[in-house]
Amino acid sequence: MLKLPVSQMEELFASIASEQSLYLPLETNGLIAFSRWEEGKQARFDQLHCAGSVKDFFFPQTENLALFKTSGKEIHIEENRDPEEAFVVFGVRACDAGSLSILDRVFYDEPADTFYQTRRRQGLIITVACNAPEETCFCHTFGLDAADPGGDVAVWLLEDMLYWDSRTEKGHALTERLRGLFEEAGDQGEETVRKGKADIGKIIDRLPLRDLSLERFAGDGMMEKFDAPQWESLQEACLGCGTCTFVCPTCHCYDIRDFDTGHGIRRFRCWDSCMFSDFTLMAHGNPRPSRLARFRQRFMHKLAYYPENHEGLYACVGCGRCITKCPVSMNITKVIKTLGVDQHA
Amino acid sequence: MRSGETLIPVLGVVTEIRRETPDVKTFRVSAPGGGAVFPHMPGQCAMLSIPGVGEAMFSITTSPTTKAYMEFSIKQTGLLTDWLHGMEPGQQVAIRGPYGNAFPLETELKGKDLLFIAGGIGLAPLRAVILYVRHYRDNYGKVDLVYGARSKEDLVFYEEVSKDWASSEDMQVHLTIDRAQEGWEGNVGFVPDFVRSLDFSPKCSTLVCGPPIMIKLTLDALWGMGFDRTKTFTTMELKMKCGVGKCGRCNIGSKYVCKDGPVFRCDELAELPDEY
Ligand code: SF4
Ligand code: SF4
Ligand code: FES
Repeated sequence: MLKLPVSQMEELFASIASEQSLYLPLETNGLIAFSRWEEGKQARFDQLHCAGSVKDFFFPQTENLALFKTSGKEIHIEENRDPEEAFVVFGVRACDAGSLSILDRVFYDEPADTFYQTRRRQGLIITVACNAPEETCFCHTFGLDAADPGGDVAVWLLEDMLYWDSRTEKGHALTERLRGLFEEAGDQGEETVRKGKADIGKIIDRLPLRDLSLERFAGDGMMEKFDAPQWESLQEACLGCGTCTFVCPTCHCYDIRDFDTGHGIRRFRCWDSCMFSDFTLMAHGNPRPSRLARFRQRFMHKLAYYPENHEGLYACVGCGRCITKCPVSMNITKVIKTLGVDQHA
Repeated sequence: MRSGETLIPVLGVVTEIRRETPDVKTFRVSAPGGGAVFPHMPGQCAMLSIPGVGEAMFSITTSPTTKAYMEFSIKQTGLLTDWLHGMEPGQQVAIRGPYGNAFPLETELKGKDLLFIAGGIGLAPLRAVILYVRHYRDNYGKVDLVYGARSKEDLVFYEEVSKDWASSEDMQVHLTIDRAQEGWEGNVGFVPDFVRSLDFSPKCSTLVCGPPIMIKLTLDALWGMGFDRTKTFTTMELKMKCGVGKCGRCNIGSKYVCKDGPVFRCDELAELPDEY
């Protein structure tokens, strides 16, 4: 493990940014979001979650796929990839880092999505441990540890010191390049981090969502959940606005559309939401015609369908964004609590 | 440069267009240099698009034993299909695929007596299977086709079905239309009732394709006659975008119709939520 005084963080950022684009939590117009760092910009590690999640870097809200030129009966097809860049996202939390393994399984599944794949190859994740997990956090429910986040490099900010632990080939290569900036953390540093982790653990133990349990969701019981009468009351307030799907680091529904640029047709993909009423609409009907069906789809996907296809792994990382952003205060923890009790009790 | 990215289509050329019914046309498509655009197995689908108009999934109605081209029989139902119906031979289209699974012709269905049941445009995917089975005729047992539509004019591939297939030693063809009409000597009535009247052995392997309501009633008829769900196959049709199980649009429970379907065995289907 290496260390660097927090007061020298600017230098660290500048060194990273000299060869790779660097994205950090920065404040713009009152919103803290991952943005491109430039000299003089203040990184904001005081807020745990950025407005958007790390998913935006690998599966952006819109991206180009192809360009078509048509003349008469002829069509010319060209790939139209957005330019590639090597980049580093610094300040990713355990939950967001965990979301990438969930997305990887979808986008790497054959035939792999080469757009996502390219970005994953180009991108490096530096996580930061959460010194003070918040009351909307429940990443621990999914086996993630806010005190020991994943990524290519994990960072702890403790007692005016930045501790740096690289964990992957990519992380080692970056560390090698920046080596001159750091000092060995030594035994004392290791001890500080160990203590820091333990303190975080104590906070997690006192979180209101500490005991949220998915025990009743494991195994085959989920089809029973599909027919549960509780969906009716759960979905009642939902507006179908799709906010929860857009802020969610694991939601990955998308649409493919064409746009006439005036000199060719550009085909692009953009996020879509299973919460929208036209998502599954066809000329001859809609398999999910009611809000109940659409609401249920989002949660069944995360808690039943995805785990069924991926060895029991849930498609939620407990980041709590849907808790803070839903305009009617509906969220996955309410669904888990409500459906987790005996169905017919 | 091509990256092999599945979302990016390749070119196909429409070489022939046939009118099947008042609202169905069959389009023959080849690669620009000739030949099928890509290999496939019966039951699989392809995404066809006209840039700026739309993209949608269609079943491939020819068998892979036809090497020179692939065909799509398409019903006019909206923006894209209106456009396709208006095009002329020589038109290029953007195409990607093949997508989905196929009927298990080389495994579960091999050596079996086959009963095909189709309604309307539902014969399109089954035609691919029938052409394949006739090509490798010795690999299969008895073959029966029950096919129905609203009227005689709504039967797709009418010439081929009533002349080539009906007169061949290879198979038995049983046609029906919903209401009696001048010049029709075949059966009159709905497909499920017709199936009940025909006394097939419930030991057949059965392939059912058609509009959702026809599929549902036909399956009910089959279960009533003692047919086995594990030997009965049908296809599902849901809205699709990616074709590869990623865009999240076409799932029925944990299965994606674009990837795990469109062909489902009825015992597997019974396990899934009723969202189709
Ligand atoms: S649960 Fe909340 S955020 Fe999600 S669609 Fe419904 S109202 Fe919008
Ligand atoms: S469902 Fe909510 S808590 Fe779970 S990952 Fe998505 S936004 Fe975060
Ligand atoms: S069409 Fe995208 S998941 Fe099936």
